[in-house]
Amino acid sequence: MSDDKTGLPVYEGDIAPGDERADGTEVAEGLRGYLIGLALSVAATVVAFYLVGTTLIWQPSIPAALIVLAIAQMGVHIVFFLHITTRPDSVNNVMALIFGIFVVFVLIVGSVWIMTHLNHNMIPMERLMQMQR
Amino acid sequence: MSAATTDLAFAGGTLPVPAVHAEGGVASKRIVTAYGFWVFLLSDVIMFGAFFATYVVLVDMTAGGPSGKELFNLSMVALETACLLLSSFTCGVASLGARARNNSWYYGGMIATAILGAAFLLLELRDFSNLVAQGAGPSRSAFLSAYFALVGCHGVHVTMGVLFLLTMIAQVYAKGYRPDILRRLLCFGLFWHTLDIIWVGIFTVVYLLGVAP
Repeated sequence: MSDDKTGLPVYEGDIAPGDERADGTEVAEGLRGYLIGLALSVAATVVAFYLVGTTLIWQPSIPAALIVLAIAQMGVHIVFFLHITTRPDSVNNVMALIFGIFVVFVLIVGSVWIMTHLNHNMIPMERLMQMQR
Repeated sequence: MSAATTDLAFAGGTLPVPAVHAEGGVASKRIVTAYGFWVFLLSDVIMFGAFFATYVVLVDMTAGGPSGKELFNLSMVALETACLLLSSFTCGVASLGARARNNSWYYGGMIATAILGAAFLLLELRDFSNLVAQGAGPSRSAFLSAYFALVGCHGVHVTMGVLFLLTMIAQVYAKGYRPDILRRLLCFGLFWHTLDIIWVGIFTVVYLLGVAP
């Protein structure tokens, strides 16, 4: 996206989240993106459901694989369905998204971290019962 | 903002404007509305993050009751997932139909989305009533309280989404593809696709990790 004479980028204005800078207004022109998104999303889901039941791969690696697949699938949904992309016209939408992801990350990782430590340091329940007698 | 615009006008306005934020002044109403809704949705996602954190912390606190491994029926979950994934696609088709002002694509996509959303809700409701009938209701253990809070909260959102969807069908039918109606439709699309993303988290963290070895 640049001007032919000066090479400067031409400012097209920001884009609303969910909107797509479309080449036209025909249904067929936008359908491709949604079809790609659906195909990738279905593929990730099928692999995830398959992994749970399989004995083909090393069992302790399955949870990590499932989490990676879920994050990948969320990325597919964000790009192909929500149209939040890395294009410059979507910077504001991406910034808001990154802040949201950051808070969610702190919330979940922080909770799990603190609570496992508390669990670990707690007196076993039987001993607590004996002390109360 | 106005200063930058005036400067450009003095320069004749023939130069291509570099990618600075001042050009054009205030953003269009479509951008402002959708951006505000996007920020709301992110706050909703943060709320779901809190429910996820609660669930992950409490998942082993079964109080001698059944665990997820004994309760969850993966084929049912797969069916629910299929409903939501397809509905996200049909919702996209409906928004393309609205962009093209094409009634059959728009109404077809919206009605398909409504049917898939309702099917998801029915399956989930049946799942919940089965659990309660087995004596595994939300009051059985901390694990089940957290489970019903997280998955139930998503179910409530999908219910709201279906109501939003039916409203949008009625509004386009009554008022046509007006700019304000199309803004609401854009917000509906964001809402529906975001719910789908949250479901990806639920089926992975709750169901798949719940039965994984």
